[in-house]
Amino acid sequence: MSTTTVLIVVAIFVVATVLLGALPFVHRARQRRSGPAPPHTPVAVSPPPAQRADEPVAAKAPSPATFASGLASSRRTLRDRLASISRRRPDETTWEGLEEALLGADVGVTTTMATLERLRTTAADQGIVDAGELVHALAEGMRTALDADRSLRAIAPEREGATPVWLFVGVNGVGKTTTIGKVGARLSAQGQSVVMAAGDTFRAAATDQLQTWADRCGAELISGSSGADPSSVVHDAVSAAAARGADVVLADTAGRLQNRKNLMDELAKVRRVADREPGAVAETLLVIDATTGQNGLSQARAFAEATDVTGVVLTKLDGSAKGGIVFAIESELGLPVKLVGLGEGPDDLVDFDPDSYVEALLGVDAD
Amino acid sequence: MFDTLTDRLSGTLQGLRGRGRMRPADVDEALAEIRLALLEADVNVAVVRRFLERVRERSVGGEVTASLTPGQQVTKIVNDELIGILGTSPLDIQFASKPPTVVLLAGLQGAGKTTAAAKLAQWCKSQGRNPLLVGADLQRPAAVEQLRTLARSIDVEVWSQAGEASESGDTGDPVACAAGGLAHARQAGRDVLIVDTAGRLAVDAELMTEVAHISDAVEPHYTFLVVDSMVGQDAVATAEAFHSTLEVDGIILTKLDGDARGGAALSVAEVVGRPVAFASVGEKIDDFEQFHPDRMASRILGMGDVMTLIEKAERVYEQDEAEAAAQRLVEGTFTLDDFVDQLRQLRKMGNLQSIVSMMPGVSDQVRNAEIDDDRITTAEAIVLSMTPAERVSPEIIDASRRARIAAGSGTSSAQVSNLLKQFTQMRKMMGGMMGLGSKRRPAGRKAARKRSKGAGRAGGSRTGGGGRATPKGGSRASKPSGKPSVADIDWDALDLKLPGR
Repeated sequence: MSTTTVLIVVAIFVVATVLLGALPFVHRARQRRSGPAPPHTPVAVSPPPAQRADEPVAAKAPSPATFASGLASSRRTLRDRLASISRRRPDETTWEGLEEALLGADVGVTTTMATLERLRTTAADQGIVDAGELVHALAEGMRTALDADRSLRAIAPEREGATPVWLFVGVNGVGKTTTIGKVGARLSAQGQSVVMAAGDTFRAAATDQLQTWADRCGAELISGSSGADPSSVVHDAVSAAAARGADVVLADTAGRLQNRKNLMDELAKVRRVADREPGAVAETLLVIDATTGQNGLSQARAFAEATDVTGVVLTKLDGSAKGGIVFAIESELGLPVKLVGLGEGPDDLVDFDPDSYVEALLGVDAD
Repeated sequence: MFDTLTDRLSGTLQGLRGRGRMRPADVDEALAEIRLALLEADVNVAVVRRFLERVRERSVGGEVTASLTPGQQVTKIVNDELIGILGTSPLDIQFASKPPTVVLLAGLQGAGKTTAAAKLAQWCKSQGRNPLLVGADLQRPAAVEQLRTLARSIDVEVWSQAGEASESGDTGDPVACAAGGLAHARQAGRDVLIVDTAGRLAVDAELMTEVAHISDAVEPHYTFLVVDSMVGQDAVATAEAFHSTLEVDGIILTKLDGDARGGAALSVAEVVGRPVAFASVGEKIDDFEQFHPDRMASRILGMGDVMTLIEKAERVYEQDEAEAAAQRLVEGTFTLDDFVDQLRQLRKMGNLQSIVSMMPGVSDQVRNAEIDDDRITTAEAIVLSMTPAERVSPEIIDASRRARIAAGSGTSSAQVSNLLKQFTQMRKMMGGMMGLGSKRRPAGRKAARKRSKGAGRAGGSRTGGGGRATPKGGSRASKPSGKPSVADIDWDALDLKLPGR
């Protein structure tokens, strides 16, 4: 390796340093992780709907069986793992087993530690001596943490006359378009007139994909040309829906990585435009893929900041992934999980049910 | 990418560094930190366990080298193990002697297979190949249309089943489609065949059988598993299922331009035992590159991706110009004119954010900070609004000159003085670095100065405590010979850190 190349690198380094200021180029002092995990405070964010009576659009109660059977595959392995634990008296191996079970389900280090810390307190308080009881106490604790209001808002709060818009946001490839298709099918089946907005003007053929779904469920699709400003497409769709007296607008957006500031700004603009007369944003649903790891938290934070997310849709839960990240998202950030995707068919969408979810995640029976 | 993992590991190992002796307690403490770092980076629990066992065994079990401090030793072991998992070298793609070379892409829904297929086709074209894309994803609505649109932009033909997916759910036969694509490639004389398949869950036995049939029909030379870098613990289960069905030859890691820590790469590579072959690093069709496992490992260890940085630099820099600028830099005669030159070169290398992320020793605040490329433009405008005299000796700039410069460049006086302050500081520092000799190296400050003067340009530059980079034999001024290899780098010396406050 030549001297010159190193000097060039140094030169780049210097130039960049001048631009950024010299200070940042210092290794961050070692941060020690110590002390107990911060106390857990579940926060319910979504305010109650303006009109309780007129509530959940998705009134059809999901049968827990559907939810649970969809999760069957993810349940098996964890149940096996916990089976050995449940038979013993709790010792350090039990705790390690629980820790690995939660970590292995993508619950994440911080949330896992906090959850187990609370469980230790509970166990001490209640004098739990049986490993099986411990697992049940854990399940109970997790269910209690999932207490946010997860009803879907048919109309925007305090904007009753406006055409309600459901905006779907998320990173690339999580299943936004498919979710819109399934939500559209569900609302149409309930007799609502649905307008879809092809707000993903970036990905090749995204509009074609949504068109297929719109045709399937008899919704009307409003689209712009490829590369068009997504805000204008959404605006057109809202105007068209208002003119036709449609019940709801489902707006698709292009997938974007949350660290792309300009794209997040673009998304914030889409939301502002959608919220303008004659429309009003009733739901901003963040779509999260069940296979997502700890990046899901970063996604939730960034999208919530940019678009004021009102709920989470957890997709692809029919695979082997457990989707533990949404436990962290709901319990830490207070964003309620509202819907769950369990396949590619129009009917493979159910309401989120905390009991079945925790049961599947831990592989234990709900009481 | 692996930034946060990098920060954590460098934090941990920094603590070990500088201690005289390594006690088992030290090792355990470091390992506990490494465990958390790896878990937070989404490396699978079981993979982490195995990884730590290996590191512990090697750390405690000996391999004591006289020349290394305990910290360096653990760094080296962790580094070796990471490279061991990620693969020691980039996967060497061998095109089949009897074309077409068949490549099969498989993975979960939404991993980015279709985009990766088009990007791979573009990469093949850049290698002088003539690829054909096969759209065998007949499941997802408009997947073939997406592939066609992408392929049109790079002028590559797409083969798919006529009629495509109908709305009734009769989606056609992907096996026949793939086989048809192979026949067409032979007929049309295409030398690479890239088969895009539908996303499928590893637990879906029926679809896994289908992809096995597709594989049997086209007999791929390479089967790539497309993995989203944001995937968590499930990466292992998925990789195991696909590997047992298809015998994966390599991994394509997508969405690496996100801020996911990318531990899935480690998990999958460990399970499959094959390297990450390609990485998709952006939304543009050219944002696709061969993955360099060794570089990634050094990146994980907080050493920055220096090799890629150098390669990029070599591509855009005029050799003579760069040498001259570098020489002035170390001599302390670097002017604002040189600075603007450097800025322009820098801009040619790509966006500032990606360059900064490749630099070693950069803290995570900077990595994650939104770095606006407008800063280059602003800095350039400020300098260009100065007179030639001001550019050579910025110290003559007083308040009135500053106001004029600010007006001329459309900035504020504060911005101008800020730039000047940092520039002066930097120049002083670069000059200072030449003056300070190494504490570790026998060559003291005089020798270092003499050496660099004697060579006509300075190479070996070190600061005190900070640990400024220097190549081995840095005073030797030589033309770059071929591609630099990682082995040539003195890793310890490359622990670049600017002496700041």
